[in-house]
Amino acid sequence: MKGQRWLGPAMFMPAIFYIVALVGVPFVMAFIYSVGDVKIGSEGYHFVGLHNFISVLKSPSFSQAVKNSVIFTISSQILVLIGANILALALKEAFPGRRFMRFLILLPWVAPVSVGSIGWKWILDSVYSVVNWVLVRMHFVKQFEAPVWLGIPKLAMISVILVHTWHMLPFATVIILAGLTAIPRDIPEAAAVDGAGFFRTLFQITIPMMLPIINVAMLFGVIFTFTDMTVIYILTRGGPFDSTQVIPSLAFFTGILGSDLAEGAAISIFMVPLLVIVSYFVLRTAHRAEVT
Amino acid sequence: MAIVETRKLTKVFKRGNVGAVVNVDLESKEGEFLVLLGPSGSGKTTLLRMIAGLEEPTSGEILIGGRVVNDLTPRERGIAMVFQSYALYPHLSVFNNIVFPLKAQGVAKEKRQQQADWAASLLGISHLFGRKPRELSGGERQRVALARAIVREPSVFLLDEPLSNLDAKLRASAREELEQFQKRIGTTAIYVTHDQVEAMAMGDRVVVMSQGSVRQIGTPADVYDQPADTFVATFLGSPPMNLLPGDGVILGFRPEHFLPPGVAERMGEHVAYQFNITHSEYLGAERILYGTLKEGPFAGRKVISRIPATHGAGLTDGSVYAFAVANRDLKFFDPQTEKRTTARRLPS
Repeated sequence: MKGQRWLGPAMFMPAIFYIVALVGVPFVMAFIYSVGDVKIGSEGYHFVGLHNFISVLKSPSFSQAVKNSVIFTISSQILVLIGANILALALKEAFPGRRFMRFLILLPWVAPVSVGSIGWKWILDSVYSVVNWVLVRMHFVKQFEAPVWLGIPKLAMISVILVHTWHMLPFATVIILAGLTAIPRDIPEAAAVDGAGFFRTLFQITIPMMLPIINVAMLFGVIFTFTDMTVIYILTRGGPFDSTQVIPSLAFFTGILGSDLAEGAAISIFMVPLLVIVSYFVLRTAHRAEVT
Repeated sequence: MAIVETRKLTKVFKRGNVGAVVNVDLESKEGEFLVLLGPSGSGKTTLLRMIAGLEEPTSGEILIGGRVVNDLTPRERGIAMVFQSYALYPHLSVFNNIVFPLKAQGVAKEKRQQQADWAASLLGISHLFGRKPRELSGGERQRVALARAIVREPSVFLLDEPLSNLDAKLRASAREELEQFQKRIGTTAIYVTHDQVEAMAMGDRVVVMSQGSVRQIGTPADVYDQPADTFVATFLGSPPMNLLPGDGVILGFRPEHFLPPGVAERMGEHVAYQFNITHSEYLGAERILYGTLKEGPFAGRKVISRIPATHGAGLTDGSVYAFAVANRDLKFFDPQTEKRTTARRLPS
């Protein structure tokens, strides 16, 4: 085995290189930029201390984005977890066409987010919205009074949350379904014999037993949601009036489109503490799952 | 009154296949310990699961306490079940495992505590209340599962091989304990096992099953001494009954009834066979002799004899002796139906 000592390291070198080049370097550069005065097109680098951070904290757009990020993440995660639990329970049972249903439900996850979001942009369009067409035809709303889904602050927020939930649901469903099928058949049967009905079994036996798995699904969901801007970028560009602006989209608009790289970097640095905390819990949960 | 009764109960898992359980008629008596015994795949667990309400019968009726319960959920049947794996709830403490059925019934907190204390003291597990199932030994888990089953005083106890996960030493003592326990609380029990020793030792009556149907129901002595057919005759007893197909009849006798010269003669009428011992096993208390019959209508048939070690002196491998079976220990089976028939004239 002596000759193979280099094999292990050689095999994981590509992964190391990939992480360093695409995550490590930009991450370090973000820290360096956030305390400098770099703009797109500018030359040289001057250290400016915490100037960018102070400017960011003073900006009303930023506090709005923080609030939106929290609402966006928490609401969509609650919806995802409830939806995923229901779907997983339904998909666990054998019924004709189950494979096809599983495939359909997985589809939003395998389809590129951007493609899906563009589809939703048309579904929610102010003029061509099929949702509104249906609402009008069913006489729920009058023509010309149909809601402008992406044009009114509250509706826009609800829309981006729902579309993001639609996109995240399959991932959580698959994880929770795995947890559900890992519960030995005896346990729910024992609960049934012990006299527990559906909801008692669900809330006192099944969900508590799946809690570690649900935690993993939730923590990954939080990371994916908190750092994601695709849905928002395509549907609303953060508008109207910053009402759907989240931290990543604000960083992108400020740093890349607004060409103020330093301030954009500073905004994105604000996501680090939360992500570190969440990552810590992910690792701890994963470790516990290994131990027991 | 029959506590549990099944009428023509049948379960077919896949249409067109043979049934896992076929036309089973069963009646358990009040307070009885009824054992369902059979090899794996004989349908005994499926039968138990149908009684519990975990499996829906394809046809036939299940009655508990005189009431047809086919359409009732497990919770409405007033039964308790101990699973082979014990199926303890891993995230709940022992105490919460035990009171779970009471909570589901909406029993008041004080009463729950009382019942749990009662069940735990019966089984000697009160000191384990705060522990989680994974912190318990196999024997302790089994007791917790039992406590959870008795805590709400069910009308029937269903047990699915509850001893099979214990090691051999513990199993013997747990067997005795379980039996005593059932006698003390006096609840009707239906117990599934593939272990004939368990069945014989514990059962008031034994239901022998094979390929989904009941072969015989009777006391342990009945099924052992008066087997209904060749399956029961060979499934019970170790080594199994010697079966010698002959002219229009299958002759059967147990190894312990095939005795060396000088023993069988004392038991009155008997038949003698020349027995060529090919090899023997010394098991301490007894000896198992393997060999073939020489001469007579069954010449060349393999036969086993099981004799107390004290009787085996002087018998050597490779020699031929005149072994004998008392007439009253001979069983006769019909070669077509394999059912037991009345005594016949022996082929000669």
